[in-house]
Amino acid sequence: MDNIKTVKRRKKDYNRTGYFFVLPFVIVFLVFNVYPVLRTLYLSFMNYKGFGEPQFIGIKNYARVLQDKFFWRALWNTIKIWGVNIVLQLGLAFLLTIVFSDIKYKMKGLGFFRTVFYLPNIIAATSVAFLFKTLLDWKYGSVNNLLMSFGIIAKGAQINWLGDPNIAPYVVSVVNTWMWFGNSFIVLMAGVQGISKDYYEAAAIDGANRWKTFGKITLPLLRPIMIYVSITSLIGGLQMFDIPYLINDKGSAGNPSGCLQTVVMYLYKFGFEGGTKKQVGYASAIAYSLFLIVLVVSVIQFRVMNKKED
Amino acid sequence: MTTGTKIKKAILYLGLILLALTCLLPFLMMMVNATRSGNEIMTSFTLIPGSSLKENWEIVSNYFNIFKGILNSVIVAFPATLMTAYFSAMTAFALAIYKFKGKNILFAVILLFMMIPAQLGLLGFYDLVSFLHLINSYIPLIIPAVAAPGTVFFLKQYVESVLPPALLEAARIDGASELYIFHKIVLPIMSPGIATMAIGAFIGNWNSYLTPMLILTKTEKYTLPVLIATLNSSTDIVSNQGATYLAVAISVIPILIVFCFCSKYIISSISAGSVKE
Repeated sequence: MDNIKTVKRRKKDYNRTGYFFVLPFVIVFLVFNVYPVLRTLYLSFMNYKGFGEPQFIGIKNYARVLQDKFFWRALWNTIKIWGVNIVLQLGLAFLLTIVFSDIKYKMKGLGFFRTVFYLPNIIAATSVAFLFKTLLDWKYGSVNNLLMSFGIIAKGAQINWLGDPNIAPYVVSVVNTWMWFGNSFIVLMAGVQGISKDYYEAAAIDGANRWKTFGKITLPLLRPIMIYVSITSLIGGLQMFDIPYLINDKGSAGNPSGCLQTVVMYLYKFGFEGGTKKQVGYASAIAYSLFLIVLVVSVIQFRVMNKKED
Repeated sequence: MTTGTKIKKAILYLGLILLALTCLLPFLMMMVNATRSGNEIMTSFTLIPGSSLKENWEIVSNYFNIFKGILNSVIVAFPATLMTAYFSAMTAFALAIYKFKGKNILFAVILLFMMIPAQLGLLGFYDLVSFLHLINSYIPLIIPAVAAPGTVFFLKQYVESVLPPALLEAARIDGASELYIFHKIVLPIMSPGIATMAIGAFIGNWNSYLTPMLILTKTEKYTLPVLIATLNSSTDIVSNQGATYLAVAISVIPILIVFCFCSKYIISSISAGSVKE
């Protein structure tokens, strides 16, 4: 009897260790993750310049967001840049996944190509921005020089990649695609490799051709991963900052003609620029408005993509 | 294999090689242009290295001390990565093994914060850091790394799949303390999973721009990405593309070296992001 009691008590003691083990995480998590998110929410209802006492002004900041045409322009810019980027990025990654998972061609070199395709993704976005900013320089950039030396564009007809509002947003989309398609490809390919070989063997016995195999086995089983990739890229993409901020000459203004100004750049402009004229309360309302938009869009995206086809 | 299939396969390989070249060409142009003079770059295209590396380096080193930036990034990224690795493993182990009150709530909050974009807390974070007088300190760049919800989530699944509970019981009967068990038994078993997550965390820390840019206002404190972002404000450098390419090339080299040694781990860390439950 006594023995059992001691064992029981000691078991409880083990479990108490759990509190000590999660304690450092919980403290730092509360201070640096939870508090800042709640503080931002609090500030979004305030008039606050970053110093002094915040004054409560109700939902005025949110009402202002709704009427602020520059906010909507920044949102549209972000969606446009992200939208073109995601179509290219996922399209390319998907195409590569089809090529490498084809049961007839059995392509070799997956390890090599995967590494090379992923390479642009490990470079800091700041370095990528400066690299492309210099390569794509209008009058003297190497890309225009390359195109001219191959006769693709005429001498003196350089393309103003980053200075033409009709081109610049899509250039940023392509740079983002260059950085991220390898990442999406790795995730999709990992999904294909996770599909049990039994399905394919069964399909082969039933005499299904490769397109049927792809359409009826690979594609449906890949759907959860597709949802994962597109939702994470939506959350990341709508927060786009580094590249559009650094690739243009005017920082948060998003030159040319503001077409590169993303929502986070717009938030940055109010929250961190302007010294004593900062509008931290308004910037906080922008942050939460963006969050709500991301939330709504990802729920819709999830619903649409998760719907059974038949 | 029929001739038709062979031709189709050859076309596919050609496409893949072209795509691989697209990934590599900007780097190649960067390396080559770093050795050419501004004038040469502006007037012609070539992939043959030039002879102006020394002049370009003089312009870059006159403008900023890029090695100081690399050193600062090391000072921030290594401790931050260690914090993430150690404390995430500890938290994940506790969530997976022990039964205690509030565990499920904690896990739910961790899941919730994995979905929340980092920018949502940015203004509150900056407000907190200035309130604590930690502007220009590395503390707000290192300590928050203790709490990495995504890493905890992954490592919890991982430890559940690799750690046999009988092993813990055996160690307890031998009289080992819980902390001893964690350090001597659990950490070694978890190390492949921890390494995978740590390399991802390291790259994230190393490349991080927005937060360090807000927290650090003194040039001598700048981490590498923040330092590189100041290239815009130097007319010497902007007017000489060779110097710009050289500065960017130097900034890229450390992470390329990491990639050469760890590409396998890096790629498995991305695949791990999509693990199914």
